[in-house]
Amino acid sequence: MDDLYRQIIIERYKTPLYRGELDPHDISFEDENPLCGDHIRIDLRVDENGIVSEAAFNGHGCAISQASADLLLESVIGKPLEEVKALTKQDVLDNLGIELGPVRLKCALLPLKVLKAGVYGLGEAHDGLVED
Amino acid sequence: MEKFQPAMMDLLRVRNDFPILEREVASGKPLVYLDSTATSQKPLSVIQSMDDYYRRTNANIHRGVHTLAEEATAAYENARERIAAFIGAKKAREVVYTRNTTESINLVAYTWGRKNLKAGDLVILTEMEHHSNLVPWHMLAAELGLRLEFIPVTGDGLLDLAAYRDLLTLSPRLVAFTQMSNVLGTINPAKEIIALAHQAGAVTLVDGAQSVPHLPVNVQDLNVDFLAFSAHKMLGPTGIGALYGKEALLDAMPPFLGGGDMIKKVHLRSFTPNDLPHKFEAGTPAIAEAIGFGAAIDYLNMLGMENVARHEHTIISYALEALNEVDGLNVFGPSAEKKGGVAAFTLPGVHPHDVAQILDSQGIAVRAGHHCAMPLHEKFNLPATTRASFYVYNTLEEVDLLVAGLHKVQEIFG
Repeated sequence: MDDLYRQIIIERYKTPLYRGELDPHDISFEDENPLCGDHIRIDLRVDENGIVSEAAFNGHGCAISQASADLLLESVIGKPLEEVKALTKQDVLDNLGIELGPVRLKCALLPLKVLKAGVYGLGEAHDGLVED
Repeated sequence: MEKFQPAMMDLLRVRNDFPILEREVASGKPLVYLDSTATSQKPLSVIQSMDDYYRRTNANIHRGVHTLAEEATAAYENARERIAAFIGAKKAREVVYTRNTTESINLVAYTWGRKNLKAGDLVILTEMEHHSNLVPWHMLAAELGLRLEFIPVTGDGLLDLAAYRDLLTLSPRLVAFTQMSNVLGTINPAKEIIALAHQAGAVTLVDGAQSVPHLPVNVQDLNVDFLAFSAHKMLGPTGIGALYGKEALLDAMPPFLGGGDMIKKVHLRSFTPNDLPHKFEAGTPAIAEAIGFGAAIDYLNMLGMENVARHEHTIISYALEALNEVDGLNVFGPSAEKKGGVAAFTLPGVHPHDVAQILDSQGIAVRAGHHCAMPLHEKFNLPATTRASFYVYNTLEEVDLLVAGLHKVQEIFG
């Protein structure tokens, strides 16, 4: 179970590469997991070709949710929005390189849920966005 | 069962009575169960009482004339009598079986509350309530237009009784509060709070979900009007709890759920409610669970509640000192003298879920989150805490394992 706290997760939690806010931004969305208080806001800049050029997240929460956000943003920079829309639960787990039980899965998936709600321009995020 | 000597609880014997404590978790590590505030483990006598019931006695209660039905009814009612005696109720008919503390409080809100409260009436709660003693009143307030006020919690986790006295000048109709916080562990001065409420003309309800399992609680000594508690937090099964109410109050209340058993007579267009306590027990109840509840009461009586409270005081005193030595760790709530066996804490730089997960990998079960007390966490500006809680079967060695586990957390998060 200590595998859950692989070096990369602890590193990205303690010294994230994409923490911050983008002002101005083209897309911004935030949401939280009220059960544990994890909170994520994601800002994106998108170029004229619909490709994510910059990304940043802010928020607070457990190591899994925060590292998941940082790794997710790293993976979307340079990608067209259409590809971002197609990201799945498995992509998040591949980023983290771990398997998770149902409770911690919610932590890991919160950033993808927030990202997709923003990219789709939805009023609110829902779990359906991150189901396979 | 023979009674323990009051000097010290025989821990080894107590632990041997709980089969689950023999199991291993996390690749061979023994279970260190520090989550009894959420639910307690069950001694063999409780498990066997329910198993025996299903093997030998199972039948629906009341009105049956066959042997099994009579035996089942007697066992169900006999458990009620032991529960009533355990909390010092005058009569068994003052104890109503419910599903749990939450249902007990809802029962009061929907029957006593709907009948006796009206728009503008004041209900006093506290900032340290579990959601089970908040949401039923939110719902009733929305329905009837009640006013809700809250006794504030001080920085050291106590109720602000001066502020309470001020609130009492507003002529509340009901004061409903927890006798022991499930997060801070604070043991509130229930007798004093109740006496002041009565002087102000208010009815009182005590959430005893944490106090009844851990402290000697006597409803006549407290002079409380309603007391709600759950079996599963006091060594009994899930699915059964109780509401104590003074007989005159219960008698004057309308029924709660309608159906079988809660009636004396039913006609096509009308019914006559049954006598207490059956008036509030519609449908086939949790019979095996009631019997298990009775067995849990027997077990606690065998230990002696004074001994249970003393044992937990020894552990929490030790735990607070030991936790204090973990770098940066902050325990919420008052000093050991004013609290039960609950330690909710934060560790700087590590989210409570991560703390709990790493402790789990060492076989240590603690809880992380808001513990169904979001307003209290908001008050302290925390999204979540990690909570270790203790009961009759916990040892000082397990506190040491917790502390070692927390050092491991700090090592991982460096």
